[in-house]
Amino acid sequence: MTSQASTPSISLTEPGRWKRWLGVALYALVFAWAARGVEASLVRFLEGLPLLARIVWLMLLPDWTWAGRSLRGMVVSVQVALLGTTLGMVLAFPLAFLASRNISPHGASSYVGKQILNLIRTFPEIILAIFFVAAYGPGALAGMMAIGLHSTGSLGKLYAEVVEAMDPGPLEALHAAGASRVKVFWFAVLPQVLPEFLALSLYRLEINARAATVLGLVGAGGIGTIMVQALQFRRWEVVGMALLVIVVAVTVIDTVSAALRRRLV
Amino acid sequence: MKTRAILAGVAAGGLYAWSAAAIGVSPRVLWEGLPNFFALLGDMFPPNWAVLPVLVEPIVQTLQMALVGTTQGALLAVPLILLASRNVARQAWLYYAARGLLNLLRTIPELLYAAILVAVVGIGPFAGILALTVFSMAVIAKLTSESLEAIDPGPLEALEAAGANRLKTVRYAVVPQVLPTYLSYTLFVFEINVRVSFILGLVGAGGIGQVLLTALNLFRYQSALAIIVVTLGAVVLIDTLSVRVRQRLV
Repeated sequence: MTSQASTPSISLTEPGRWKRWLGVALYALVFAWAARGVEASLVRFLEGLPLLARIVWLMLLPDWTWAGRSLRGMVVSVQVALLGTTLGMVLAFPLAFLASRNISPHGASSYVGKQILNLIRTFPEIILAIFFVAAYGPGALAGMMAIGLHSTGSLGKLYAEVVEAMDPGPLEALHAAGASRVKVFWFAVLPQVLPEFLALSLYRLEINARAATVLGLVGAGGIGTIMVQALQFRRWEVVGMALLVIVVAVTVIDTVSAALRRRLV
Repeated sequence: MKTRAILAGVAAGGLYAWSAAAIGVSPRVLWEGLPNFFALLGDMFPPNWAVLPVLVEPIVQTLQMALVGTTQGALLAVPLILLASRNVARQAWLYYAARGLLNLLRTIPELLYAAILVAVVGIGPFAGILALTVFSMAVIAKLTSESLEAIDPGPLEALEAAGANRLKTVRYAVVPQVLPTYLSYTLFVFEINVRVSFILGLVGAGGIGQVLLTALNLFRYQSALAIIVVTLGAVVLIDTLSVRVRQRLV
């Protein structure tokens, strides 16, 4: 009791203390406003808890007869991620060089390249997926295109950063020795940037494997398709099976990819 | 080295051929779908700006979802941070249980949580908030516990040697050292959540995404484009603001 009484009195004399509490109080007000706006409340949360617990329990007892179908769905999702990432790599490659200040032919073209990449990157995969489903029909192809286009933006930006951080020494040396632009690119630029490009792409592949599992929710194929049907019919044991496959597959991909990345860079 | 590179190339080529065949990708299929895609883009112009006034409320609701979800996640993360840090957690089994739980929760994407929770609690922002809460909790706890494990052990040992109890040790040796990182990670997750909250509605979890989904389902593509443009603008604006705040924090 005594220590509790003395501690606050010491801390209260710290300068700026009241400012911090004022900040916390203001934040609490903002939070209360937001929670009211979306009709979230502790009561509602606690009321839903028993139902949630029952459903989590059902999901923890997966229906193993769906293991094969879930696994096949996951394989498709991984294929979507793999092809999508590759498409992104191919499209990002020229855009990255266009966008990087040190390689781009002109300051203006570098600016344009950067803005193109920024614009592509702002579109979330799932919105792109909806459009590609409309264009190509439902299926894995739409998922691949969505992931490919979004990855173009994100990989392009990261690639450009690598290119801009490149050591200019080898470039200047080759240039001084009279090498052509193609030769400078082949012998001085590529060896410097390729390992990092690959490492970044592997990291993107990890992200895309997760994204690919989700795209089925809007009709773009893979394990998400199984998930959406199981959810529609409230087949929680099937949802549990699909989730289990996703968790295991994503963990394996993350581990393998991280090991490969460590060897690359 | 050369042969290994060739082998890796052949293996990758085989993998691609197999994947492409399974998905049914071919340059022809891609090429033939393009007119549809551009026709769709054409249908979206010009954007229907008349919908703008109707969008204000859903956008505010979306931001509220992100705010509530992040805050709840950050609060729920606090005990997990302490349990998942080797230098603070006392029981080994609790430490491994917390670590395992965090790794498990992080493998599942937010939209999947949202889709599942929509099936549990029904369509609307409540499902979205729950999804954001779970995901934020896992990410904030994981990142902060990693930096907690790297803090200076001096103050911790000093307080323990002076006979301070667990609570006091945490309060006076741990909190001051990790609070800035914790807040900065929370802001970082808030940025992610803003972006995610705008698309949560596409699986029925409330916010402006649901308005977009309705517009798309009704083939109102010109309204859809206006919604997308406004949404992306809002995301970029909030991103910029949040980055500024984070730079001041750390």
